[in-house]
Amino acid sequence: MTTAQLKETPLASAHRSCGARMVDFAGWNMPVQYKSIMAEHTVVRTKVGVFDVSHMGEFIVKGAGAFDFVQYMIANDLKKLSNPNTALYTQFVMPDGGTVDDLIVYRRESDFLLVVNASNIEKDWNWLAKHKSRFNDVTLDDASDRTSLLALQGPKAVALLKELVGEQVERIAGFGYGEGKAGGISISFGRTGYTGEDGFEIFVNPADAEKLWNLLLERGQKFGIEPCGLGARDTLRLEAGMPLYGHELDEQTSPLESGLGWSVKLDKGDFLGRDAMQKQKADGFAKVCACLKVEGKALPRQGYSVLKDGSPVGQVSSGSQGIFVGYPIAMAFVPPACATIGGVLAVEIRNSPALATVVKRPFYKRGPLV
Amino acid sequence: MAGAEGSKVLSYPSELKYVKTHEYVRVEGGNLATIGVTAFAADQLGDVTFVELPKVGQKLKLEEKFGVIESVKSVSDLFMPAGGEITAINDRLASEPELVNLDCYGDGWMIKVKLDNVDELKDALTADGYRDFVVD
Repeated sequence: MTTAQLKETPLASAHRSCGARMVDFAGWNMPVQYKSIMAEHTVVRTKVGVFDVSHMGEFIVKGAGAFDFVQYMIANDLKKLSNPNTALYTQFVMPDGGTVDDLIVYRRESDFLLVVNASNIEKDWNWLAKHKSRFNDVTLDDASDRTSLLALQGPKAVALLKELVGEQVERIAGFGYGEGKAGGISISFGRTGYTGEDGFEIFVNPADAEKLWNLLLERGQKFGIEPCGLGARDTLRLEAGMPLYGHELDEQTSPLESGLGWSVKLDKGDFLGRDAMQKQKADGFAKVCACLKVEGKALPRQGYSVLKDGSPVGQVSSGSQGIFVGYPIAMAFVPPACATIGGVLAVEIRNSPALATVVKRPFYKRGPLV
Repeated sequence: MAGAEGSKVLSYPSELKYVKTHEYVRVEGGNLATIGVTAFAADQLGDVTFVELPKVGQKLKLEEKFGVIESVKSVSDLFMPAGGEITAINDRLASEPELVNLDCYGDGWMIKVKLDNVDELKDALTADGYRDFVVD
């Protein structure tokens, strides 16, 4: 394995000492798994897991024009963040409706923090820089290299972070944002994640990242914490019906086609991609993303054909074993007529069709918090 | 497959023969053999979710595909390390595919074969030879 050119997070050596298998992910040497993807998936659904996602990008947008600029760049409505310390999920959309990236926008006291995919940092930066000139008084700052990010996810995540940071943790609502100290380390955190579980994404100075990682593992022991890799992160997000850029979203796919209409606010005023998406909505979609429950034991995988009455109608964008739900699952792009809930399709797996039923998104939804 | 970076120590019993497609063969007297995948293969695949095996009585040649092994991460074909007739398959793998991860040389075996010609194994690797092969 050639790792010389790969970037590493400050936790690379901590991962190796946890027994991680490291892989190249978007140019980063990242842990794909420690012991087992299934065990890591299960610990996040039942207890708590911690992920290093320091490869993700962080941009800070400041200035009197920051609101208008961000509002113009994203498909969701920034007006929903009427108070500081709140966040929303959204996408950057191109004028033709294709997706540049998906991201979380945090409104903080005096700026906006945009957390973007590692694979798209440079593209996103150029995209923002290109459109910034239309707005007065906007400062754009790439904070990726001075920000590490740990995701603490699972039903015990709140209890653990509360022990370390204090009662305030519990008062932060879903998609809320707060700051505090854990074992003397300054951190900020959003009650966000990419697993379908409750939890936090914790921002920390890279110099403190390893100390925080070790603190979480040590103090999380009594909650059953395990370090979790990108393998489990992928199976968890798929089970939770969340899109992954490059699979369910890309430059040829709009957020509407991907089934993210709940996060697209066409009536919020002018923004990039609005006209194209309005037209898609009026004319009808060429393809939509469907969730498939697949029969049998063979797994549907990206690129496999989806059949209707024996004829190909689309392709799997992500597929795997639904580790917690207990059956193979897939997301696939098919014509809208084939995406009716309860409709029967098939996935062609090694020349043999496996029956697939269109089901509601997500495959897995966590129970009530209390 | 990339080299393992984990700290796990993988074992390669010396009484077995190994092939570069990561199957092992245990010759059990005469021309009867048990075949499965190596600890290296099981480790690289990660959690095995499904093993597709041939039917008893099927005759397969050296290097012919005898099945498919699927894990959360990937899917691979399984190849005959020597030709022969399938005399048994491990039915437990249908409900407990994780046996491949837990005990690949024991309860995680895949097929039993009546070999056509034991000499087909003369180019197979020894445990040391296979270990050297996967370390590279």
